Amino acid sequence: MGDILQSLVASIDPYLMQILVNVGIAIILALGLNVIVGLTGQLSLGHAAFMSIGAFTSAMITIKTGMPFSLNLAATGIVTAVVAAVIGFPILRLTGDYLAICTLGFAEIVKVFFLNFEPTNKALGLTVPSAKTVIPMPIYVWLIVVIAIVLVTFVQSSRFGRALKAIREDEIAAEAMGINTTRYKIQAFALGSFMAGVGGALYAHFLSYINPSDFGFLKSVDILSMVVLGGLGSVPGTVIGSSVLASAPEFLRFMSQYRMLVYGALLVFLMVFRPNGLLGGVNFTHLLLRAIGRKPSTNKGLKQK
Amino acid sequence: MFLQQLINGVALGSVYALIALGYTMVYGIITLINFAHGEIFMVGAFIGLLLVSYFKVNIFLAIIGAMIFCMIMGVLIELVAYRALRKSSRLSALISAIGVSIFLSSLALMVFGADAKGFPDTAFPVQQIHIGSADISTLQLLIIGVAAFLMLGLEFIVQKTKIGKAMRATSEDYNTSALMGINVNRVISFTFALGSALAAAGGVLVGVLFNAVSFNMGLMAGLKAFAAAVLGGIGSIPGAMLGGLLLGVSEVFGVAIGYSSYRDAIAFSILVLVLLVKPTGLLGQKITKKV
Repeated sequence: MGDILQSLVASIDPYLMQILVNVGIAIILALGLNVIVGLTGQLSLGHAAFMSIGAFTSAMITIKTGMPFSLNLAATGIVTAVVAAVIGFPILRLTGDYLAICTLGFAEIVKVFFLNFEPTNKALGLTVPSAKTVIPMPIYVWLIVVIAIVLVTFVQSSRFGRALKAIREDEIAAEAMGINTTRYKIQAFALGSFMAGVGGALYAHFLSYINPSDFGFLKSVDILSMVVLGGLGSVPGTVIGSSVLASAPEFLRFMSQYRMLVYGALLVFLMVFRPNGLLGGVNFTHLLLRAIGRKPSTNKGLKQK
Repeated sequence: MFLQQLINGVALGSVYALIALGYTMVYGIITLINFAHGEIFMVGAFIGLLLVSYFKVNIFLAIIGAMIFCMIMGVLIELVAYRALRKSSRLSALISAIGVSIFLSSLALMVFGADAKGFPDTAFPVQQIHIGSADISTLQLLIIGVAAFLMLGLEFIVQKTKIGKAMRATSEDYNTSALMGINVNRVISFTFALGSALAAAGGVLVGVLFNAVSFNMGLMAGLKAFAAAVLGGIGSIPGAMLGGLLLGVSEVFGVAIGYSSYRDAIAFSILVLVLLVKPTGLLGQKITKKV
């Protein structure tokens, strides 16, 4: 089984494979942030910090224990989620931009912590041994992507997801309806961070080298732009947004030194012309129904903002 | 020793305060975190450097030149990247600001290269003044002096002039000010011009102080200045000054007692702690939420 998958992966162009894996990891991270920012409406500028916690935790687990990779991923996710809940408990009382700057500050603190943490080689970074699994890494990443998409889609329409949307639309009204806003916000934060941790673990084992400086503010911003660009709170939007942005530097590679310049300008123009994201306000169920020749129902009772 | 570090801290802190003022003014009026502000600070430093090393002008003229250049740039950025987004969600405007920031820093990387550039020694002759056990350089005095002068000037503009009154009114209530006949667009442009000018002055001062100007200096300085603005209470002008000084002084003291590798974490730890105790910052007004 492992050999067949291995040869399948080997038959794909390694450069293309690299891009595909980057896109996959970006989707996992962005979906996690989408739960926090898109569904719950809590602006976080520190998603990369949870990614780094996940990356270093899973790298250390692989180095110290040699646990099977699937167990490793689960443990990493849980550790990250617990850290997020512990941090979220005090800071999620803040709202709006105060919360944003607090998550940003926290992310900077995490980065400096790892830069000075002896067991992970401080600023030299950590070389990660290959994962203990028969499934090749690229396929593993895309398996997790599928699981993440299914998970977030289910969460969105569950009781839990509806509570999160209520908090996003109006926190006071949600509280008046008997929703324990603090508890739900912490749970959403933990769930998003769980996914960030798993994404970080995959990132660490795919690249086999991690450095605390890779998880700085710009990384958080990258993930946030994927979520906003695709359309806040929309799973297909997030998937497309992260695919576009994660592969954009590669498509722009032909203009070599101008590519970050173009990337910056692209972000501005996309926002100016599509302020709600590329797919913000696009209703996928309607599109799908129309495509198979059925008239979408006109019931717009629960239309998203 | 204490006096020495205090002066080092105040010099650094007054630069943070200069940058923080731009964040706080823009936030006060259109509730946008202007992430491009740190890059304006960086561009200001480069313009100052160019003026001093190629056009051989006096450091004060270089500061003024950088301020004028960045004023125009700030107004243009607002026009291109933010004005169209004023009615849409705040996150879109934030991403647009981040786009501008990436654009400017990569532009600077292309134009000026990746390595840090220093000011020529002749830019400002540094002398040491001994007061007790402390050595104060004339450079630090210059920084504190220029920063204090600019802040007093800002206070005058905001409190005593007509446009300042319009600024205060707009930050109080955007829609009502528009109804009262205030040209809100002009006020916002003016706010961006003021904030960018202060950041540019801060950029030149930091460039001279650390003798290093590089394309990525805007990010960390911008984040810390933003932290200073939030620490003081975002939207409050005296708050930004207080927050900047507080962060500068505590950072210098933190480094002095041996936490130099935690330098960047000090500012943010203080910020997080203060926000947990007083969620609207030190001088911020309490916002009552209405249903």
